[in-house]
Amino acid sequence: MSVNVYIPTPFRHLVGNRASVRATGSTVRDVLTDLDTQFPGFRAQVVDTDGRLAHHINVYVNQVEIHSLQGEATSLSNGDEVAVIPALAGGANTVLTPEMVERYSRHLIMPQVGSIGQRKIIEAKVLIIGAGGLGSPVALYLALAGVGTVGIIDFDVVDRSNLQRQILHQTADIGKRKVISARETLEAHNSNVNVQVHEVPINSDNAFEIISQYDIVVNGADNFATRYLVNDACYLLKKPLVDGSILMFDGQATTYLPGKGCYRCLYPAPPPPGMVPSCAEAGVLGAMCSTIGSIQATEVLKLVLDIGEPLVNRLLLYDALSLEFRIVKVRRDPECPLCGDNPTIHELIDYEQFCGTPIPHAIAD
Amino acid sequence: MTTAANPTIQVRVTAVLQKLTNGQKAVEASGATVGAILDDIDHRYPGFKAQMYGPDGKLHRFVNVYLNDEDIRYAGGVDAPVKTGDVLDILPALAGGA
Repeated sequence: MSVNVYIPTPFRHLVGNRASVRATGSTVRDVLTDLDTQFPGFRAQVVDTDGRLAHHINVYVNQVEIHSLQGEATSLSNGDEVAVIPALAGGANTVLTPEMVERYSRHLIMPQVGSIGQRKIIEAKVLIIGAGGLGSPVALYLALAGVGTVGIIDFDVVDRSNLQRQILHQTADIGKRKVISARETLEAHNSNVNVQVHEVPINSDNAFEIISQYDIVVNGADNFATRYLVNDACYLLKKPLVDGSILMFDGQATTYLPGKGCYRCLYPAPPPPGMVPSCAEAGVLGAMCSTIGSIQATEVLKLVLDIGEPLVNRLLLYDALSLEFRIVKVRRDPECPLCGDNPTIHELIDYEQFCGTPIPHAIAD
Repeated sequence: MTTAANPTIQVRVTAVLQKLTNGQKAVEASGATVGAILDDIDHRYPGFKAQMYGPDGKLHRFVNVYLNDEDIRYAGGVDAPVKTGDVLDILPALAGGA
């Protein structure tokens, strides 16, 4: 039988840098022998010392893994598609299907990512606070990258004024719950992602229970009370927090790691109600959201992959009008009541009282 | 007037404060310390300090001031000395994310 064998990037150097080769054989075992005849040394890459297919190699026949079939004895027909995919160490249960290998190929070929890194991305669980201006691009890029579990928390409904910038939502979604609209968009882009929606306002009663389900939290909130709440909860639960904010033509982004400063170190007290306008009051350029949002998504991926230098102890300032990016240093404040040397905050407080404003909720129909 | 004792430096403010500085993102001010610089800005743009300072006469805690990219809280506060070529950034907290 003549079959097509898909060769993933890590093995291409064995077969003259080709992505696909033809091989003959009645069974998978025969085809592997034939590949070794055509490309001496191929078999050694995929078998263990006992001569059997190594545990870290998955072989698919027409998209079905051979362990669900007859293993190496699986018989083949003319024109079958065989794929030989290495499953490297880390993440025993995470298998890269041929669909994923093709989908994430631009990740896999980078040494800083590779199949090990892609597995980490797939195993990551990231919570995004808000499915609005910032939450939209963050969620989108993380879903495109293959983050396995994306949680979105938002209690609001899509309205027409959102469409100027909230790229998860379209005209037909007006009136729909934002988390539902978000899930539909993300699943249409990448059905490998498990989108978990939390259709509730985040508050002191549920923040721990929700945040503890995730590895990393991204802030896309639109009010100070939520920012302080999420900050405190992330610190107390020891979760990294990737923060971002935008207004008019300015944006900021930074990453808080427990022990290296927090939002309260930067802003120990919220402004009096009404002093700092919201986007609804002062406006925002739509494209700003993706500038800061994609920076936040990048920070998340860097943390997951453990590469590069995250924006820890650095506050990125973006001025869209002059198109300038600047970085200022931020520190852990030894006197911070949450993460300082003598903390006084050990549990979540009443944040609406702290900020003097109620947390805005959508008015339910 | 610039003198060695009272250098003139550049002060940058974010969009939300620009309504206080005639729409300018960067203004000049003179003074020997950060506090003196802020006083000078208020002199040139009356009402500026009222936005920045609380009733206790200290900078609002939701406003951060950076002297050459360092938070002045860790560099002497409003008494931090200023020299020619320094850059001051004034950043109030932004909440917007939606």
